[in-house]
Amino acid sequence: MSIIQHSNLLQNTERGLYCPAGDFYVDPKRPVKRAVITHAHSDHARWGCEHYLSSTAGEHLVRMRLSPDAEFDFLRYGETITHHGVKVTLFPAGHILGSAQVRLEHNGRVAVVAGDYKLGPDSTCASWEPVPCDLFVTESTFALPVYRWRDQTEIFAEVNAWWKASAEEDKCCLLYGYAVGKSQRLLAGLDASIGPIYTHGAVEKGVAAYRASGVELPETIYVGEVERKADFRGAMVVAVPSAHGTPWMRRFGKVSAAMASGWMMVRGTRRRRAADRGFVLSDHVDWATTLKAIELCDPEQVWVHHGYSAILARYLQSIGRDAVALDQAERRDENEDDEIDQAEANA
Amino acid sequence: MKRFADMYWRLDSTTKTNEKVAAMCDYFTQAPPHDAAWAISILSGRKIRQLVPSRLLRQWAAEEAGIPDWLFEESYSSVGDLAETISLVVPPGESVSDTSLVGWIENKLLPLRPLTPEQQHDAVVEIWQQTDPAMRFVVMKLITGGLRVGVSKALVTRALAQASGISSETIAHRLMGDWEPNAEFFHRVVDPNEGDTQISRPYPFCLAHPIEQATSPDRDGGAKQAAEIAAVLGETTDFAAEWKWDGIRGQIIRREGETFLWSRGEDLMENRWPEIEDAASLLPNGTVIDGEILACAIDQDGNTAEVLPFSQLQRRIGRKRVGKKLLKEVPVVFHAFDLMEVSGNDIRQQPFRERRRQLQQVLNPIRHPNLCVTELIDGNDWLQWATVRETSRERHSEGLMLKRWDSVYDVGRVRGTWWKWKVQPYTIDAVLIYAQRGHGKRASLYTDYTFALWDEGNLVPVAKAYSGLDDAEIRKVDRFVRQNTSESFGPVRSVTPELVFEIAFEGISQSTRHKSGVATRFPRILRWRHDKRAEDANQLSDLKALLPDG
Repeated sequence: MSIIQHSNLLQNTERGLYCPAGDFYVDPKRPVKRAVITHAHSDHARWGCEHYLSSTAGEHLVRMRLSPDAEFDFLRYGETITHHGVKVTLFPAGHILGSAQVRLEHNGRVAVVAGDYKLGPDSTCASWEPVPCDLFVTESTFALPVYRWRDQTEIFAEVNAWWKASAEEDKCCLLYGYAVGKSQRLLAGLDASIGPIYTHGAVEKGVAAYRASGVELPETIYVGEVERKADFRGAMVVAVPSAHGTPWMRRFGKVSAAMASGWMMVRGTRRRRAADRGFVLSDHVDWATTLKAIELCDPEQVWVHHGYSAILARYLQSIGRDAVALDQAERRDENEDDEIDQAEANA
Repeated sequence: MKRFADMYWRLDSTTKTNEKVAAMCDYFTQAPPHDAAWAISILSGRKIRQLVPSRLLRQWAAEEAGIPDWLFEESYSSVGDLAETISLVVPPGESVSDTSLVGWIENKLLPLRPLTPEQQHDAVVEIWQQTDPAMRFVVMKLITGGLRVGVSKALVTRALAQASGISSETIAHRLMGDWEPNAEFFHRVVDPNEGDTQISRPYPFCLAHPIEQATSPDRDGGAKQAAEIAAVLGETTDFAAEWKWDGIRGQIIRREGETFLWSRGEDLMENRWPEIEDAASLLPNGTVIDGEILACAIDQDGNTAEVLPFSQLQRRIGRKRVGKKLLKEVPVVFHAFDLMEVSGNDIRQQPFRERRRQLQQVLNPIRHPNLCVTELIDGNDWLQWATVRETSRERHSEGLMLKRWDSVYDVGRVRGTWWKWKVQPYTIDAVLIYAQRGHGKRASLYTDYTFALWDEGNLVPVAKAYSGLDDAEIRKVDRFVRQNTSESFGPVRSVTPELVFEIAFEGISQSTRHKSGVATRFPRILRWRHDKRAEDANQLSDLKALLPDG
């Protein structure tokens, strides 16, 4: 693989994005000495580094997910530290609590690594903001024109209507979302007047970290602390997708299960998931907002990774932008998170 | 149209039969008759031919979405469905307006076909501007001629019966033949006056009770079994013995110059067995016959010859229309074994002896190769019949039917009048290699298994089985599967080959569709062989040795 490099500010290596001037990595794929991490999801915050820098807003989540033996530094959004002459500033990415875009400045050149991000409202985290730059590194998980998110208020209205209808049939609702981020966003959108809200173990850990960080969420009950024969009729249980179809879900009696994810946009994926409902709710940018973000930052060059990289890069080139795909593989599903959820659920 | 699209998505989002029926029932209750008629047409699988070439649709969709063609194609290849790709890629319509399903089909969609491409373009773009993704998907499926809904005609019939309160036999009758989807047709379908359909009405089928045999092997000449049966059934002179055929149970109705052929699933089988319908047209009016549809050879003189294996009949099952070639290769014969109605009189309360005599009387004058009276098997004692029964397999029969000479034609499965005395199943010890979660009560448990036999040191899958274990055993296997999964492919788990089960099955035939080269019929788990290790399981060659010659 030929080295993709932008001055001495950023370089794409096998270990991930590397800043030669500052001698540190952003979201490294393997253990390195110094890592700046965009957010606490396991495919971005990996174990084994000696030193981590991330946002103050995400401190609780990062500490929950990484080894306490490492050294940590936390930086407020908008604050700058200088490391080997490289100015490092974090800006909100809007993906999950504490998610950050990493702005690097050296010799008058600016690079922004957006990490995973989304535009639009989310009451559980700070909103993405455009950061003008020379190099913008974007994800492309949903970078296909078929992905078009609707307003989250419409989606939450659908979720609550489904809960209400199921409650009237004495069913228990099981709503699946990833343990950290999606679950808490879902909780924040639920209408707690419909019934009690329960959480799966992996979700509950995330909820605790969110509450500790000062995010307001409706009252929840951890399923593990409820007596086995509890009556779950009319209740809502927020769980991780890997719980679907396991013996764990038998205790809820008659259920209606739904999955909340951007992948639910496509009928085939919805049907494969074997849930009763699929709600299209994502914490990533869709096609239109990806283009909008790039427009707003107006970089000289765009690097694309994590998803439909080649497709997005080709499209950007066709509209006159300098764009490079960093990887070829598609991100089929957010499975990496899923595995962690599983491990935590079994712990 | 929104109502229809909503129903489509309700049907699409569930695999549960009851929910599907409920979705359709709600639709039929609420929709105006003309809409309902079109819905029946679409749901029962009648196709509207493609109205606009897909090449043009792709091109226009890319234009409307403001994306290059290659990007549309990338999107299409990711989604895998043209109508869906269009529904997602083209921006949602601004002024979503709705008219009836009829309005859509007859005024907007069908008129598309004769238009010039330019006119089609304008009309299609206008449709896109008026639809959101959910509705547009259904509309585009109609335009591309590919709307498939996962419901059978029998389910549509059930939903209509539920919505109208009319029996499903009547509905099935009214859905037969040619009709146009208009309001008048729908009124006719749900007309509470059922007088029109009396002529097609079938009788409920009489079912046989199995003889559960304690002594197993057939290889002692059947003496023990004969003694055992004698103890249960008494004198042979009270019974008639017939072959128990392995085909499709059917009821021929001939009334007022029309023929109706029903299956046991209360499905009116139209055009599927033309040679039997041809034979039935020779029956006098007011005749109802019970029998079995079988694949049979026809000899050079045009007479019914030996029964062919079920695998041959299978080639014709599920075909709505049968081609000439298949008709010639796999002729079918209706083996009649009972008579419920003669000269318009219900004779089910008469003894079997009398019904059988009259059946012969009715069929004797009809010389047709595709309709015959099933033969009675001679025999004076149980041992003789037990001996004959041992030849069942080579005749492609499942064993014997024993019917009391003095029995009436019962409704359903009544103990004591008809008995089925099946041959012992084949059995083989096989290794569990794949597991999948079950459905309904067994959802979330691994209950659907694939079993394999050894072939030159490799395990080759030979059968899938779903039943035969009790709940405690199922839970044990479930735990084993969870703890010993080596790989997952979608819902299927590949497990460490360790557990051995004795699998029973009724028949075996060669198959090009199965990796092992053989297909087993009705495989089921007989018992868990805790005493055997994987390497003790049978070889594939053991199974192949059971294949009938030729």
